Order: sequence, then C-alpha cells, then structure tokens
Amino acid sequence: MYVAVKGGERAIDNAHRLLAEDRRGDPSVPDISVAQIREQMKLAVGRVMTEGSVYDPDLAALALKQARGDMIEAIFLVRAYRTTLARFGNSLPVKTGAMKIDRRISAAFKDVPGGQILGPTFDYTHRLIDFKLAADGELPEEAISSEEAAPHALHVLDLLAGEGLVEMPEASINDEAPGDITRTPVEYPMDRQTRLQSLARGDEGFLLALGYSTQRGYAKNHPFAGEIRVGRVAVEFQPEELGFPIQIGEMEMTECNMINQFKGSKTAPPQFTRGYGVALGHGERKAMAMALVDRSLRAGELGEERTAPAQDEEFVLSHCDNVQATGFVEHLKLPHYVDFQSELNLVRKMRKQVDGCMTSAAKEAAE
Amino acid sequence: MTTETQDEGLEYNFAYLDEQTKRMIRRALLKAVAVPGYQVPFAGREMPMPYGWGTGGIQVTASILESEDVLKVIDQGADDTTNAVSIRKFFQRVAGIATTEKTEEATLIQTRHRIPETPLSEGQILVYQVPIPEPLRFLEPRETETRKMHALEEYGLMHVKLYEDIARHGHIATTYAYPVKVNDRYIMDPSPTPKFDNPKMNRCAALQLFGAGREKRIYAVPPYTDVVSLDFEDHPFEIQGWDQPCSICGDSTSFLDEVIMDDQGTRMFVCSDTDHCASRQAQGYQGPGQEAAE
Repeated sequence: MYVAVKGGERAIDNAHRLLAEDRRGDPSVPDISVAQIREQMKLAVGRVMTEGSVYDPDLAALALKQARGDMIEAIFLVRAYRTTLARFGNSLPVKTGAMKIDRRISAAFKDVPGGQILGPTFDYTHRLIDFKLAADGELPEEAISSEEAAPHALHVLDLLAGEGLVEMPEASINDEAPGDITRTPVEYPMDRQTRLQSLARGDEGFLLALGYSTQRGYAKNHPFAGEIRVGRVAVEFQPEELGFPIQIGEMEMTECNMINQFKGSKTAPPQFTRGYGVALGHGERKAMAMALVDRSLRAGELGEERTAPAQDEEFVLSHCDNVQATGFVEHLKLPHYVDFQSELNLVRKMRKQVDGCMTSAAKEAAE
Repeated sequence: MTTETQDEGLEYNFAYLDEQTKRMIRRALLKAVAVPGYQVPFAGREMPMPYGWGTGGIQVTASILESEDVLKVIDQGADDTTNAVSIRKFFQRVAGIATTEKTEEATLIQTRHRIPETPLSEGQILVYQVPIPEPLRFLEPRETETRKMHALEEYGLMHVKLYEDIARHGHIATTYAYPVKVNDRYIMDPSPTPKFDNPKMNRCAALQLFGAGREKRIYAVPPYTDVVSLDFEDHPFEIQGWDQPCSICGDSTSFLDEVIMDDQGTRMFVCSDTDHCASRQAQGYQGPGQEAAE
C-alpha cells in the first residue's frame, strides 16, 4: 500500500548533519582556521568581499570555510548576513588617488610619474606547479624592496585629462546622491553610478565573459589598460554632529581605469573615454572586466549603435548577480510535481491526437 | 518585538525582517491591493534562503505576520515537502508563531505551485511564491517593454500566442502559470500553479498576495475580485481532469499527482493536497488503492 511520502523534516536534519561532516572532511587532517584562509586564500577572500558587498576579511574567510570553498555559496552567506546589519550612514567616497600603493601599472605609457610598480602579481610567473609548496611550509624569501617605492601616485589618466584628450571621470556622473541597489528596486534605464554598483557586485565570471566578448568584436571598443592600481585606501566617515570626517579604517582595493577610443559625436569632440572598475581586496580580473563592461554599457550615452549583448543594459544587469542566478538555476531541484503532472497530461493528450491522425492516415494509405 | 531563537547569541527581529523593511513591503502591498494585478516594484532584501526558494513569499509573509497568526506552508500542495518544512521551521524559529497543516485553521497560508482544495474564507491570506511575475516575459524579455505593454493595456501579443496554440494544437497548450485577467484590467501570472487552480482565484474570499523576491515585484488580488482565465468564445477555458479518482481517498475532483510504484512503471494517482486527502480519509472516505490493499 502506498503511503504519501512523509519525513521531510527528518531528512532535512540528517542532510544538515551530513553537510557538517562533509565540510570537516577527514578528521585526522587538522581543521583549517579562519585566519589561515584569510592569510593564505587572500584572493578568494577578496572575491567573496567584492561580490558579497562587505569589506570584512574575517567574515569572508569564515564564509569560505562554511561554504567548503564554494565561492558563490560564500558570497551568498555574506550577503544574507549583510542585510541584517544596521546602517549608521554612508562613508565618504574613498580617495583612490591617495591610495597607499602596492601595485600600479599603466599599459598606455612606458613610464609614468610615480613609476610602474609591479607588486605581487602572477603576470610574469611561469605557471609550473610548485611541488615544493606541497613538501614544506617554509617562508618565502623576502622581496627586495626598491629603495623608495612611491607610496602615493596620481591617477595616470588625470595627467592626460588636462589636455582634454581623455574625458574627466565625472563626465557621465550626475550630482545626485548615488542610488542603492540593495534598498531600491531596480529600474531601467539605470544611471551610471547605480549601474556601476550593480557591476561591482556582479559575478566575476559573467563579467569576464562579457568583457571578453567586447574584445572579440561584439561591441568593439579598443580598450587600453590606462591604469590598474592595488593598495590600501582610508575609509572616512562624517558623523552628523561632527563637522569633519574621521578615518574609521583602511581597506585594500583594486581599481581599473580603461581608456577607449571614441570617434566623437555631434556634441563631443574625438577623445578617449573611460570604463571604470573596482574590487575589494586584490581583484584585477574583476576590476578590468567590470571596466570593459561599464564602457560598453555607455553605448547609449555616447551615441554608439547598440548591437551586442555587452551593450544591453537590461540583459547585463539583470543577469550579472550570481546569488540571484544560482538561486533560480538551482531552484529547479525543488519539487515541480504539480507542473510536471500538468505537462504530462498535456503531452499525453497531444500524443493521443497525433496517434489518432497517424492511424487514420495509415488506414487511408492501406485502402 | 524581538524573538529569542534557538541559536545562542543570535537574536532577530520578530519574523526576521527589521521594521523599516516590513513597512516598505507593507506599503508595496497596499499599493498592490489598491491596483489589483499590477506588479509593484519593491526593494527585496537578501534572505537567508536562496532566490528561487520562495524569498518573495517569505518576505511578504514576514511583513504581515502577527504573533497570533497561525501559519500553514505548502509546496506542491503538500505540507511535508522539504522546502515547505524548511520555511515553516524558519518562521517557527524567528517568529515563534503557531503552525498548522489544516487549511481552515490557518490565518496565513504560504504556498508554492498550488491553491488548497478546501475553499478559503474571509480573513485568510494566501501568499504565493512567484518565480517570474511577468506574464508577458516569455513573449517579450525586456522589462522596459512589458511595463509599457501593461500601461497601455497592450495585450494583443498574449492573445496571438494563445491563438497560435489553438491553430497548432487545437487547444491552448498552457497547463500551469496560465494567464489571467484581474479586475478586467491587468493580465497577471498566477505563479506556476496548475490551471486547475485558476477558478479558485476568481472572487476568492481570501486576500491573495504574490511575492517575487529575485525579480523584486509584489502583486495582489483583493477578496472577491474577478479573476478570469484568458480564452476565446469558441475555445473556452477548461481545467484538467483525471480518468481515475485519488487511490487513497477516492476524490475525483482534486488535483492528482502521479506516483510511479515500481520498476515496471505501475502508476497510482493521489491527491496533491495532503491536508485535503488526510481529512477525507479521517471522514472515512477510501480510494480504490486502499480497498485493494485490504
């Protein structure tokens, strides 16, 4: 005799227990600490902070531990925590021009005031698996510090902006206070500030692919990496009752200014335009991809023809959030018995009709 | 009001959401009730469940829940499906409210994919979880366009789609999320409930609220509002039926799930609404499956 499936509750509890066990792995292997993840999985932590929209390396490291290394799950954990936090106000815009620089390069100029600072980068490593890392845990040699690396440097593009050859960063930014995609429903068309907010928490892989597509001819826009900088910026907050801002902390971030050729329009002379990208922590790939997509989404504003997916604001912005995307894709795991039953009945009905037609056709043929 | 949760050191506001967020959602709900079938944008929050798991419905429920409410949660018509259990547990934990499996005892019912078989009464609220709130979405992917179409009551595209179905198949080939017209104005997606449930929405005594978390939209059907399933004079709307009654309770008027019994593909059909089926069994009704087993 059939008894309707019961016990969802017990199954869930057991699944949670299995999950905890699986997260821990072989208990004879030492437990990984949050500090270890924070220090040694730094780029993962950075991505979780960027797409989770919270600067908190410890929280991001903990989320990674809880998520068993799954990026999007960790991002989701951080986001869900973030919404419960009280808001005291908005910090002042960070001054990235005053960044304490760890890395700063420009692909547009051989040398720039302040210098090209390579910093910690994979760029010129040979991608050979380093088996020594598996064997010993020795500390690496200390980097030879150049006598006096400039701790501050102006934005490369600001050097050109004086000549009017590159648009000012403010070019397409209006004076209104920036929107808040976490507090107001999305509406299209979206202003650039709000769009940048959306892209900043957008999925790295998705933006990477879209940025890549613009390089391959889908919304061609001739980009140059005007400047990429990684370093620490001061976070300032101005309490209402205080007449001046106070520094409440420091955070590591990555900023990318792409420059793109622009042929000019009826209202604007030919010049270089900008695409802008940022990431928390050290996230060059994300910042660069974001800058490419930011620029391609400015097509409308700059009077360019919109032909490619990367220029389509609604398409890009409504699909770039990986927490939303993964939720909707993975919800297909939830039961759909009722809908499937309805479709099953429909297909049976349609089959019956088709079979009926076929047999009568066969009869006619036989006759 | 705050609620002590089972997790030590963690305390959430009553029903999880903070009061400002609840107020924002309630405002959206009021607007939705005032303009039946119109999709009101709202600033959906990130919830501790994934998008697609009912975050819209959960936010609506969280915003209107009161401490004396009795909550019922169903998924596919059943109280014991995993996600229904999970959502019910969530509200027990963060709101400490009473829950029930009985449709008539509930003041608030959150549902995914079904409307209970037991007719709802005045004072009850049915909260639907909605994945894609826009009934025109699969005809026009752009929100900027579909909003315009609703504003201008430009629904030709939908009628063409239904007509093409008839031209191709001889009938309208939509079995769930079957579009309805609300209060003779807006075309609305009833959420992926089977079209079997559409007639229950019409002039329903209960308030029906719809929450789409990922898409950040809320819409509503106030009590006793006309909800008409789209059709044509010569192809009137009809609901699906089954050749046999429920194997367990013998009902021949409820929505049935097909259950595969063995490797040979033996089937049986049982009520999708578990409360409906259980109460009929309690009243002594028996289906053909039970009689055979005895």
